[in-house]
Amino acid sequence: MRERRRDPRHRGAAVTGLGVVSPHGVGAEPFWKMTADGTSSLTRLGRDGCENYPLKVAGEVRGFDPAALIEETYLVQTDRFTHFALTAAQLALDDARWGPADAASPYSVGVVTAAGSGGGEFGQRELQNLWGQGPRHVGPYQSIAWFYAASTGQISIRNDFKGPCGVVAGDEAGGLDALAHAARTVRRGTDTVVVGATEAPLAPYSIVCQLGYPELSRSGDPGGAYRPFTSAACGFAPAEGGAVLLLEEERTARERGAEVRATVAGHGATFTGASRWAESRAGLARAITTALAEADCRPEEVDVVFADALGVPEADRAEALALADALGPHARRVPVTAPKTGTGRAYCAAPVLDAATAVLAMEHGLVPPTPNVLDICHDLALVTGRAHPAELRTALILSRGLMGLNSALVLRRSAASSSHRRSTLV
Amino acid sequence: MTRRRVAVSGIGVVAPGGIGAGQFWDLLSQGRTATRRISLFDPEGLRSQIAAECDFDPAAHGLDAGTVEQCDRYIQFARVAAAEAVRDAGLDPAREDPWRVGATLGTAVGGTTRLEHDYVLVSERGSRWDVDDRRAGPALHRAFAPSTLASSVAEQFGVHGPVQTVSTGCTSGLDAVGYAYHTVAEGRADVCVAGAADSPISPITMACFDAIKATSPNNDDPAHASRPFDADRNGFVMGEGAAVLVLEDLEHARARGAEVYCEIGGYATFGNAHHMTGLTKEGLEMARAIDAALDQARLDGTAVDYVNAHGSGTLQNDRHETAAVKRSLGAHAYATPMSSIKSMVGHSLGAIGAIELVACVLALKHQVVPPTANYTTPDPECDLDYVPRTARERTLRTVLSVGSGFGGFQSAVVLTGTGTRGGRP
Repeated sequence: MRERRRDPRHRGAAVTGLGVVSPHGVGAEPFWKMTADGTSSLTRLGRDGCENYPLKVAGEVRGFDPAALIEETYLVQTDRFTHFALTAAQLALDDARWGPADAASPYSVGVVTAAGSGGGEFGQRELQNLWGQGPRHVGPYQSIAWFYAASTGQISIRNDFKGPCGVVAGDEAGGLDALAHAARTVRRGTDTVVVGATEAPLAPYSIVCQLGYPELSRSGDPGGAYRPFTSAACGFAPAEGGAVLLLEEERTARERGAEVRATVAGHGATFTGASRWAESRAGLARAITTALAEADCRPEEVDVVFADALGVPEADRAEALALADALGPHARRVPVTAPKTGTGRAYCAAPVLDAATAVLAMEHGLVPPTPNVLDICHDLALVTGRAHPAELRTALILSRGLMGLNSALVLRRSAASSSHRRSTLV
Repeated sequence: MTRRRVAVSGIGVVAPGGIGAGQFWDLLSQGRTATRRISLFDPEGLRSQIAAECDFDPAAHGLDAGTVEQCDRYIQFARVAAAEAVRDAGLDPAREDPWRVGATLGTAVGGTTRLEHDYVLVSERGSRWDVDDRRAGPALHRAFAPSTLASSVAEQFGVHGPVQTVSTGCTSGLDAVGYAYHTVAEGRADVCVAGAADSPISPITMACFDAIKATSPNNDDPAHASRPFDADRNGFVMGEGAAVLVLEDLEHARARGAEVYCEIGGYATFGNAHHMTGLTKEGLEMARAIDAALDQARLDGTAVDYVNAHGSGTLQNDRHETAAVKRSLGAHAYATPMSSIKSMVGHSLGAIGAIELVACVLALKHQVVPPTANYTTPDPECDLDYVPRTARERTLRTVLSVGSGFGGFQSAVVLTGTGTRGGRP
């Protein structure tokens, strides 16, 4: 595999830009500040119509004004999840200082998103029009706003990106699979891929749909609702928002003077059955082993693990054991973190947000902590309380989905990456 | 990247008018149509009141009551099609390394039918925004999560390899098979159960296509309503169904002594970056997808023996697609039969791409091109050979299937093979 990387024909996938829309705020800077400080943005759910459900705590994106960021023509035909996606995509392009002149051709830029909940708020409104008033009251945009492909299509159209377009409608792990799919698209010959996931599952009917998940936390305490790896674990808090990354072929990126902030080095994906958390131990371990092998990475080289951290005791135990199975003795030493306890889990977007966090963590030499989590009951070096300074070159990101997918992704900091952002952001 | 050769070793299908590959091929090769007035719900008040429906009895296809309760109609279709495909491939999942077998399924609208059904209950027929969670059904969360589709099919066979649901609107079927093709070709799995399913015949989906006049209002003559490439076409006719192909590393298939139908020669997809529902007259992006898929198969346009068209029966599609095929195949386009089975089985959104690929596999097997039913009046701007009404014997080695979808996606898959099940490609 090392020979492969020296092969001049090998096309590496480099992360050159990050766009974040999360409960911590809009943009990577406020997101990183809150993440590094270990702040929790989980709150009592305050969305209109959602006051009386057994779900009480979630991560809401506040202060997001789509009209200030997106043209009216796109706004009217899209749901909130696509507003997030269009915004995060623009932020990622800006962050990478990428402009239309950087595209060799429209076909050299692709778009890949993961979507697990679709345009729920828009869809509920149109369902209400249909069943409350009749079929003639369904608007012309329902057919393009509700479906899972809306964000990929709109990002492509808004930016004139004609490259390979993809949508994985995965569960949580689909977010990592989308990143891997984009990296492979780069390896197959596309120079640039805009990739990510955003979700907006906090409309009333979308919440009612999620109430069937036994893993959903029903705690009313924002500080206690999502506490993975502790004896008080009682499920997960859902969230909205997400992240988009700009991936570029490594050499092409360097040639245009872009900063290569990390490379997508390896990925592994397995399936062990919906809500079969004990079985996910073997699946996750196998995904990690596969990802490390593809990255040509020994377990001891992993400097930080971003855990899936579902917050269900059986699942947390399986994850801790999977790390031990795949990393051996290193699993007890390597810093593990789950900053998503401060934002909630935005389904497919959760691991994409973790990937963005991993890039920022490597740049800042800082493992962010796991908000609201103390007194862990597993044999892991989980970072709690304060951020932990460390030289980070390799990050392992884990994700499992409620429908049984397990994924692992290895990101590596490029040897030539500078760390100038460290001084400017913290 | 080094690529392994990927064979199609099994097929299964649940289509309107034809459940199982045998019935399905009978319908297509006889040029019969399965479009009719909607019976799944009362369509009164809709602009388009017709669809191609599956007469599907889950129990007759081996689905137990628990599976039916847990799985939406589209997943029931997928499971029946997958069972047929795996059986057809002679594959015993229990004898395979489960970590080396994956599943990739496509869907455009997923669990919409159950989502709508339960919505009506919890909203008291659209009367409240703060819908009542206590009235929700027990499987609603599974309908909400589109990954339920691939997950359910993977659980059916106990596979542990890469599992994914792909959802790119109306190209989902081709893109799911394309995703699985890459998974096998690039070595992440030896076998992948690949296909797509949709059951979109519900009030909300019919109404949202009504709103943009994409569907045909030929309510008086449903049997002849779907008229791709015909001068009198006026929109697509909704369909439903599923199809599954077993994709397999060719060496793996040979090692277990399996006979294969054909190989996946290439797959490509591009966006048109033009409009969520609109297509250009030039068809540049679809042509590019065709060229790229042929290029992967190391073929040029003159090698194509049959084009399985997207052929939805909207004016803009038919002209866009005709232009694209001419651009890629050049003068050879005029000598190449090109037909749309949507004339017979309707347009089942995300499922149709996989259903059409199964039709292509069967065309190769039988060395017969299925026709475009209902085609009677030529459109001067669509001047290719659309195989009117009657199937045609033809020597087929290379078959191209194309798709267009909302979002501007344009996809192409090339199948190559000798055309006989027992033949070694």
